Amino acid sequence: MAFYVFAVIAVVASVLVIAQRNPIYSVLLLIASFGALSGLYVLLEAPFVAVIQIIVYAGAIMVLFLFVVMLLNAPHEETDYDERIHAYEAERGAGVPAERVRGAGAPGVNKVPMRFGGFLAAALAVELVWVLTKGGESGAFPSGAISSVKTIGQLLFTDYAFAFEVTSVLILVAMVGAVVLARRES
Amino acid sequence: MSSFNAIVPMSCVTAAAIAAMIAEAFRAPGERMPIGPLGAIGLAGAAISSVLLWKDGASSFGVVVADKFGLFVTFILIIVGVLSLAISEPTIDRERLPRGEYYALMLFALAGMMLMATATDLLIIFLALEVLSLAVYVLTGIRRDHALASEGALKYFLLGAFSSAFFLYGIAFTYGLTGSTRLDRIGSLMAAQAMAPTPMQLLAVGLLLVGFAFKVSAVPFHMWTPDAYEAAPPAITGFMSTGVKAAAFAAFVRVFLAAFEPLRPSWSPILWIVAAATMIVGTVVGVSQSSVKRMLAYSSIAHGGYLLLALLAANDVGKAAVLFYLLTYAVTNIGAFGVISVLENTDQPNDRVRDYAGLWYTHPALAALMTIFLLSLGGFPPMAGFIAKWYVFSAAVKRGYTGLAIIGVLTSVVSVFFYLRIIVMMYMTTTDTPARVPPIPRMAGLALIVSAILVFYLGILPTRVLDWAAASIATIF
Repeated sequence: MAFYVFAVIAVVASVLVIAQRNPIYSVLLLIASFGALSGLYVLLEAPFVAVIQIIVYAGAIMVLFLFVVMLLNAPHEETDYDERIHAYEAERGAGVPAERVRGAGAPGVNKVPMRFGGFLAAALAVELVWVLTKGGESGAFPSGAISSVKTIGQLLFTDYAFAFEVTSVLILVAMVGAVVLARRES
Repeated sequence: MSSFNAIVPMSCVTAAAIAAMIAEAFRAPGERMPIGPLGAIGLAGAAISSVLLWKDGASSFGVVVADKFGLFVTFILIIVGVLSLAISEPTIDRERLPRGEYYALMLFALAGMMLMATATDLLIIFLALEVLSLAVYVLTGIRRDHALASEGALKYFLLGAFSSAFFLYGIAFTYGLTGSTRLDRIGSLMAAQAMAPTPMQLLAVGLLLVGFAFKVSAVPFHMWTPDAYEAAPPAITGFMSTGVKAAAFAAFVRVFLAAFEPLRPSWSPILWIVAAATMIVGTVVGVSQSSVKRMLAYSSIAHGGYLLLALLAANDVGKAAVLFYLLTYAVTNIGAFGVISVLENTDQPNDRVRDYAGLWYTHPALAALMTIFLLSLGGFPPMAGFIAKWYVFSAAVKRGYTGLAIIGVLTSVVSVFFYLRIIVMMYMTTTDTPARVPPIPRMAGLALIVSAILVFYLGILPTRVLDWAAASIATIF
């Protein structure tokens, strides 16, 4: 039952992500989709992956996305009226040589991302078919115990304790470096 | 507690770095604090603990091993660190750089380098590589108001991040193949399947090779080097051209001559081409440079090629030659960049070849020191560079890499041209407008004299250090 709830949320949210004109709504819906996916991971007895999904994707990466969207100040996407295209056409009308505007301002400018998206969708579809037909054969999937938070935590503080400490130094260096480069002179 | 012994040297340096940060945080505005000497204390601690570890060695957590090889590189890094601290002081004053952060980053980078030289686990090597790289990226761009510095640092950062990804991908493949990141286990598992290497193994080796080649700025992964070396303050350039190279080569030797030794037939032809290209490109492009810093950057690329040749030869002579070469190159190059750093003025960098015109008549001591360093880089006896090159080439010939040795000798001869060009400029030309040189600070002058003495010592009495190098290399192979 829980599977269907999460699955429906994930699919509907994902569809809505690409149906939005406003990129900020898209980003927020993507967070909902990631949340539902992480619920699915819990159902698959992979709680560590679920938590990482929330922390890394829904947390860190989405903040970056939101930051970029707001930084670029792109409130909504214009598909049917693009002032850049029209500016070029106005320029062309004003007697600018056609070579300068060819390619850049032609109406087919949106075809490249469309083709790329189509290619990506086809690749995902092939992958899905492959997983559904062949995926069940590989029986060597690790059991739930390996991916449990407890095991990973124990490994982190025993075998990998030193690597963990070195990582803390690494983060400290990154922090000092960021402050040095970004600080305003007082 | 004995399991902590191996990480004591780098812990001393890390502690000094944190102390430098705290000292800066509690410094009253305008108050001068001896933060540089604080770093020197940390390095002294590292030196003492390394000397104590030299005889018996130690191993911590199974991933850090203070064997003689690692300790030899640690000693090189301590020398690099002390000389860089002494040379940096005037640059910081002149450019008004943030003193505490500058020293903290330099010490963190040193700690990362020491860890990289002693780590025997790919994961730790990667983390150490990142610690030192991040610190060095920031130090490259620490002169924030220079457009050139920001450009060089950004290029270095972007390309470096990319190469780190390659390196990490190589580690992932290796882990996928062997189920371990420990070098000894990887080595024994690779040996078991070495007769017919799978494509996956070759992919793993290739990706790791790209990561290392970038860090030692081997051709064709050298593009960032001239820009980054020119952008950084000369004291930092001296630091990163020697320290990063020493640490990266130490890990390179450990990974390729210990873990991937069974796959040697697969990677040695690639390394042959890379070494030849690195020697040729570094020398040929270096000839046409008009900036001394860029010229020394290309010279440093060429020296990376000689080191690759020694790594490839990898017989007893070759392995010891890598360590000896790293030491002589470190001492010489820091000295050369130290002279550039001392010559630099607030409003003019004085790093064109023509700025050196008539230096002998205005600053005879500086000109003499620069001559010593340049002749050593060119490989003239009785300087250290001669012995180092001689060992590398004889190792290569012994192993049967005569072609590469010939390329090495020929490129050395060509490189003498651009080293001599500066010397000719200093002694045999006069100029009406001699470069204005700021007064030479005492500590930096002392550091330059010490480097010059070391250059002569290693050139005239190399036997003892060579014995140490040979003993070091015996511990890991």
